[in-house]
Amino acid sequence: MYDSGKILAGIIIFILLITFPFWLNSIQGEYKGEPELVIDRSNGAQCVKSTDYMRNSHMTLLNEWRDEVVRNDNRFYTISSGERIEMSLSNTCMSCHANKEEFCDRCHDYSGVKPYCWDCHIEQKKLETN
Amino acid sequence: MNSSRRKFLKLAGMAALGITAGKYEKIFGLTGYSNTQHSQSVSKLRAMVIDIRKCLVEKGCTACISSCNKTHNVPNIDNTKHEIKWIWKEDYENVFLEKENHFLNEDFKHSEILILCNHCDNPPCVKVCPTKATWKREDGIVMMDWHRCIGCRYCMAACPYGSRSFNWISPRPFIENITKNFPTRTKGVVEKCTFCDERLARNQLPACVEACPQKCLLFGDLNDSKSEVRQVLANNFSIRRKPSLGTNPKIYYIV
Amino acid sequence: MIEHALKGTKSYWLWILSLSIIIFVGLLFYLEQLDYGLGLTGLNRDVTWGFYIAQLTFLVGVAASGVMVVLPYYLHNYKVFGKLTILGEFLAIASVAMCVLFVVVDVGQPYRMMNLFLYPSPESLLFWDTVVLSGYLVLNVIISRKVLDSERKSIPPPNWLKPIIIISIPWAISIHTVTAFLYSGLAARPFWMTAILAPRFLASAFASGPALLLVMCLVLKKITKFDPGKEAVQKLALIITYAMAANIFFILMELFTAFYSGIPEHLTHFQFLFVGLEGNTSLVPWMWISVVLGITALTCLFVPKLKQNENILFGICLAIFLSIWIDKGLGMVVTGFIPSPLGEVASYWPTIPELMISLGIWAIGFFIITVFYKVTLSLRRELLT
Repeated sequence: MYDSGKILAGIIIFILLITFPFWLNSIQGEYKGEPELVIDRSNGAQCVKSTDYMRNSHMTLLNEWRDEVVRNDNRFYTISSGERIEMSLSNTCMSCHANKEEFCDRCHDYSGVKPYCWDCHIEQKKLETN
Repeated sequence: MNSSRRKFLKLAGMAALGITAGKYEKIFGLTGYSNTQHSQSVSKLRAMVIDIRKCLVEKGCTACISSCNKTHNVPNIDNTKHEIKWIWKEDYENVFLEKENHFLNEDFKHSEILILCNHCDNPPCVKVCPTKATWKREDGIVMMDWHRCIGCRYCMAACPYGSRSFNWISPRPFIENITKNFPTRTKGVVEKCTFCDERLARNQLPACVEACPQKCLLFGDLNDSKSEVRQVLANNFSIRRKPSLGTNPKIYYIV
Repeated sequence: MIEHALKGTKSYWLWILSLSIIIFVGLLFYLEQLDYGLGLTGLNRDVTWGFYIAQLTFLVGVAASGVMVVLPYYLHNYKVFGKLTILGEFLAIASVAMCVLFVVVDVGQPYRMMNLFLYPSPESLLFWDTVVLSGYLVLNVIISRKVLDSERKSIPPPNWLKPIIIISIPWAISIHTVTAFLYSGLAARPFWMTAILAPRFLASAFASGPALLLVMCLVLKKITKFDPGKEAVQKLALIITYAMAANIFFILMELFTAFYSGIPEHLTHFQFLFVGLEGNTSLVPWMWISVVLGITALTCLFVPKLKQNENILFGICLAIFLSIWIDKGLGMVVTGFIPSPLGEVASYWPTIPELMISLGIWAIGFFIITVFYKVTLSLRRELLT
């Protein structure tokens, strides 16, 4: 094999580069384990779907709600208890899960996703305190 | 039916029908949400009549405009290049360019006419949109999906009425008091009047119509011959903007 | 094959380095635009498309013009263009790449560009423009790649390639036709809504594209041992002559209908272009430069002595390229918006960031062309020795 030294060095640099985020995080000590989800059930309200479903698929549900409301002018959703609720992130979801930092951001930060919901939709809590 | 199956059916349907102008959405779109009621009856055809005679009496009145801006978090940007306008006033001679005439009373020539999206029955903006981010609802409202808009501004080039605005910069810093239950927009998307679809869904009139102290704005159903708009149109002379283009605007002006 | 691009003279590397710097600067300005929004450009509520979309329109033409060397060679067996066809195809690839980039920098939400494919809308001409442009890119990549490969192995191109090349000919016409339809189907913009827009686009493309190709060939002849051949150069000049003649003829037809009919909504746009409207004369000097360059160059092309002198021909081609670039890459798009449908005479002029981003994209195009041409020419030289 020609230039085996150069190739080997190249491979090592490549591996170091693509694993860079891991190195950076372990050096900075940002990683503090999975965030714990705390849900306040004091008002006795029931979520629109099971916790398990919401944990895995809330984005799918939100996308479907979005399309139903905006594109089909279909604004209400019947949950398993038979209650009809308004399909709305800021008005319905956030009425229980009011603390965006605790409820949305911690997990999104942890998993490194940046949903652009809040570029337009308004965080109710923030406005009240302002 | 679960969501992935529904998506599959949508795709299958799309393939089966051929991609013919998005009609498939109507066929497969609603099945998963059959437990909810459709809030609009399909036979309506929304329209607005603006009585200029009454409107011009109150010079400088901006009740409808401020109400709309407040309701929809329309930013107040001073730089005219980046302005966002849903409903606003413009000189008669600019609004009705094709009705250019001599010896017109100077007052009338420069009288300020209220304009907004015409909610055309044959909307050129809808035809050109490459992502179906703007489309015509069954009740005639030309809607916008600000989630889907990629900001290509083809609709703005196609609109013969200048009814559309683009967010050249982030609008939030220019909204004095944010209305909580309506979203703002983000930079990079097009926006315009949607006939207050969110208020109609709650059986309320559009914000501008409700706000007008002179009751110059009438809103109703063109398909209902007994509706107020139809009555007024039958009994008064009215004009529309650039009807010769075949867009069939649904904003009528009584002059 | 790509290794040929990695071996070059000092001036080759200097050229690559300068292009890279321009690209980098453009990228920095683009990041700023992403952050701030398109408000960074001179675009506004009335003039919603400007420099970016105009470059797209102009470059679709350059891309389509590759057909002017491909067609005579493959359809009429005109052997003289043998050395040029692949250069035409590479020019097409680089141009389409620039077109795509100009669309990307022009949209407000580039992260959502996939919506074009997730929600295909056949009613929109922009959908068809995406289809024909990407198809054209694929065709040219396959063709140039295979032809170069065969050249390297000194064998004739495979038979299955012939039908693909034949398809690429009407396809080239289609990309500029669809791009013209983007504009000419809009009732809101009388300046664009003219049936002659597509033919005019094609004529101007078939003049400006080959002019650029000829300029590049003559530059290559100076700095490398590549020689396109005297006959090929003169034939290309002849193509440019008649395409430019047709282009000017079509523009005169536009002027006739607008001025003789006197319909204000057609007339005002041309007034804005050539004499200015309500004090806005931003494009007037440019348009007259375009007219003078275009007519002078065309006149020179009809004089055999001037045409046969390759140094003068070089200047003529530059003039034609510049003339059409001003017409299409500066005037055509903006004028559609001035005056606006509300009779407003808005103003628009590209800002520094807008120009730097555009320059960056042009540099990317030239980078691609440089690499492709370098590979081709080095390969040919290697085959000779």
